[in-house]
Amino acid sequence: MGKVIVVTSGKGGVGKTTSTAALGAALAQNGDKVVVVDFDVGLRNLDLVMGAERRVVYDLVNVIQGDAKLTQALIRDKRVDTLFLLPASQTRDKDNLTTEGVDRVITELKRVFDWVICDSPAGIERGATLAMRHADIAVVVTNPEVSSVRDSDRIIGLLDSKTLKAERGERMEKHLLLTRYDPARAQRGDMLKVEDVLEILSIPLLGIIPESMDVLRASNLGAPVTLADARSVPALAYFEAARRLAGEVLPVTMPGEKRGIFGKFFGRKAA
Amino acid sequence: MSIFGLFRKQRSAPMALERLQLLLAHERAAAGSDLVAILREEILAVIAKHVQLDGDKVHVKMQRDENFSLLEIDVEIPFSASLQAA
Repeated sequence: MGKVIVVTSGKGGVGKTTSTAALGAALAQNGDKVVVVDFDVGLRNLDLVMGAERRVVYDLVNVIQGDAKLTQALIRDKRVDTLFLLPASQTRDKDNLTTEGVDRVITELKRVFDWVICDSPAGIERGATLAMRHADIAVVVTNPEVSSVRDSDRIIGLLDSKTLKAERGERMEKHLLLTRYDPARAQRGDMLKVEDVLEILSIPLLGIIPESMDVLRASNLGAPVTLADARSVPALAYFEAARRLAGEVLPVTMPGEKRGIFGKFFGRKAA
Repeated sequence: MSIFGLFRKQRSAPMALERLQLLLAHERAAAGSDLVAILREEILAVIAKHVQLDGDKVHVKMQRDENFSLLEIDVEIPFSASLQAA
């Protein structure tokens, strides 16, 4: 039986979709069977970040409404053959997501895949609560910035009350993924430090993803960061985060630019 | 140098941390406000049956943590009422 992960944040634009794609691809590269599920009905973007936007035929809403079989809606990644995408609908309304429908789809996916990664929409409405409903593990994506931290706090409250795990009285496993982090600015006292955010949210740290051009570059290309340039700094941070998700105990390191400009140039060429 | 100059040079992260801590302490307390309000009313009613006391002398606080929740009840009984009760 596979594990269900929700990638959530409350606030929009903090890197949920980027992180879903990057972690999904990282786990799949180890040979695990992974499906990334877009819950952002009406504003889907995971297909674009994964570079599969032109291959979408059926979507999550079609499957829920019985217009398509799950196997018809799943899109296999062209680069990693154990990685699949279940896209959201772009034209339908989020009200088309029913609790029973989502229950059925997730149960079926768990049977086939090792990891079911749900990309939550922003906000705390129906789409977000349905995305977290079945989660075994939650990845709370947070920027070192006041509004993002506040929204993450709110989402942590929902994870502890509005999920199946919470209803059964079990403890939801929650992890903090700090994204768009700039160690130099934090060091200067102009950005919340990792310790500050950890102290406030008090959930364990999954990883620190630095602010990086490589993230935009990957989305421009339509590839998860961990596939676009597996040797880039954010990719290495995501690979480590994925290993921690899989249960490995690794110390979290501050991501730093380890390669100079030439190393980077040649690294890319070689890759 | 003016006082504004001093402010401008101040690091902003400590300010962010302080504001967040204050705000979240408040919001977390408010999150379970329904339950806390009901508990407060009922506790007040039970105690008021036996001793006369002021409505705002009953404080109910709920704290949420990783592994447990803590319910803190603080009732201040006036001196004369406690004599009566004894």
